[in-house]
Amino acid sequence: MSELVLTLLRLSFLAFLWLLVLLAVAVLRRDLRAPRDARPLVAAPVPTAKAGKVPRAPKEPRAPKASRNSVRSLVVVEGPLQGTVIPLGTADITIGRAPDSTLVLDDDYASNNHARISLSTDGWVVQDLGSTNGTWVDRARITAPTPLTVGRQLKVGRTVLELRR
Amino acid sequence: MSTAATSAAPRYRQPTRRWTELGLLVTAYAVGVAAYIQVDLAVLGSVAEDTVPVLAVLAGLVLVLHGAVRLLARWADPVLVPAVLALNMLGLTMIHRLDLADARRAAQAGEPIPSPDVYTQLTWTTLGVVLFVAVLVVVRDHRVLQRYTYTFMLAGLVLLLLPLVPGIGATINGATLWIRIGALSFQPGELAKILLTIFFAGYLTVTRDSLAFVRTKILGVELPRGRDLGPLFVAWFVSLAVLVFERDLGTSLLFFGLFVTLLYIATQRRSWLVLGAVLFLSGAVFAWLAFGHVRLRVEIWLDPFADEASAGYQIVQSLYGLASGGMFGSGLGQGWPQLVPYAKSDFIISAFGEELGLIGLMAMLVLYAIVVERGLRTAVACRDVFGSLLAAGLSIVLALQVFIVVGGVTRLIPLTGLTTPFLSQGGSSLIANWIAIALLMRISDTARQPDDAVALEDAPTQVVRL
Repeated sequence: MSELVLTLLRLSFLAFLWLLVLLAVAVLRRDLRAPRDARPLVAAPVPTAKAGKVPRAPKEPRAPKASRNSVRSLVVVEGPLQGTVIPLGTADITIGRAPDSTLVLDDDYASNNHARISLSTDGWVVQDLGSTNGTWVDRARITAPTPLTVGRQLKVGRTVLELRR
Repeated sequence: MSTAATSAAPRYRQPTRRWTELGLLVTAYAVGVAAYIQVDLAVLGSVAEDTVPVLAVLAGLVLVLHGAVRLLARWADPVLVPAVLALNMLGLTMIHRLDLADARRAAQAGEPIPSPDVYTQLTWTTLGVVLFVAVLVVVRDHRVLQRYTYTFMLAGLVLLLLPLVPGIGATINGATLWIRIGALSFQPGELAKILLTIFFAGYLTVTRDSLAFVRTKILGVELPRGRDLGPLFVAWFVSLAVLVFERDLGTSLLFFGLFVTLLYIATQRRSWLVLGAVLFLSGAVFAWLAFGHVRLRVEIWLDPFADEASAGYQIVQSLYGLASGGMFGSGLGQGWPQLVPYAKSDFIISAFGEELGLIGLMAMLVLYAIVVERGLRTAVACRDVFGSLLAAGLSIVLALQVFIVVGGVTRLIPLTGLTTPFLSQGGSSLIANWIAIALLMRISDTARQPDDAVALEDAPTQVVRL
């Protein structure tokens, strides 16, 4: 084997090795993007029977304000505290067994600091606070802050909550 | 739960990424083939006659791997197996390259040519792939493993301490790490690594709340309760025992590091890291004072050139090798990695550093980083605590091991003598790491499954039988 061929082989092997690494990294990048592509689907407003009453203009910048105004309370629809209504202002709502939670649950399936519902520019958003059994929105366990709209069901332990107008 | 809300739940079709994986696998295999053939061309001038069968066996293994993942874990991560395959094939290549050097030296000295080690390593690789498939077949749901938490602890500890049993334990190069039955020698600590990771994950799943939230205040500092500290001390004592009786620094460091890191991940309390660091430092000082072999390691680390000809010989040769490799390396088959003692096992990293240069070594470290990143990402995505902790633990074992080995070879930390995962010669390590990757694939398969593919009963919470 001549020196030149070996040098070329050597350098092209290094390039090939890095090609493999870069291909793998490209797959990782695509994986990172996938949830972002999916987010518009997650955030899409859920059509409900009451939807017709509220004038809806999703593309307008004032749309978030409209949806914020339309949501007035958080209602417990299932579980030991069924019927409890929490009026919503602009403050965060914390849910859990800890006595300083906004909604104190007496539920073995809930964690001390289970979930937080907070108002963002796009409306109410629920976030899991590292609970053991998870926070569920419409049967799906949430891993990131998830928009909460009227008609979607939020499940914490054995308690199911809904936003109401 | 009302069905109206459920049907409106958003869905998007998550691809299984199996074709992506196949593409990456083929590329990884091609990289391995290119390396192997380049070694032959550089050392022999032509392709050796035993190269084609070796590469054919490996091609068969690639097909088996891909088929198994398609059938048994179709949602699993597409990058893990190709990255591991590339590393494993590079390891085989380097062992083959050092075999050729050994044969040449033996021929020049007029000695009989030693039988190539690459065949043994290829057999272990095959066994590793078989066990990879076996784990995927047997463990259909990783949560089942949690039921045997304490069984795994017992088995792990027995395996860890097995080399101390007189009769089957064997001391090689000062470390009592091997068991020898007949002609077979095996390093049970490698398997113990996985079993104990499963135990740590299972144990912390159950106890993490009390470890995280119950605190007592001592002198104004919030500390865990005395009884919650127990397990940490047990882990500390066991790793000290390994250090004292088996004289193995690396394994000792690996176990303690793994336990402390998992404690931190499970509880998200930094105080465990502080406690762990304090315990580690006191243990290290104790070991330094009490044991000659530890002190020798530290002295070699601080000044390898003081005793260049004997004690520091290995690390000095390795540093010369890395230096002569430089940025681009000498090229596979064109350096002198055989000058470093144990170049096939403990010092394989310096062989790669010499022949592939910094650029090639960095590519390999990035491959390790990718495997670890995928593992940690699996941990984040996994829906149950046990799976998360297990995936995190397995990735951390790998990361720590690479750190300890590469750090030791490059003289960042004292040399401790662990195997480099997937690269080093040594069957126990190879099969243990393939099993670890199989477990990661299993967890990742569960974690990446889209929600509608999971048979989620309409249960208010996720119920896991323990």
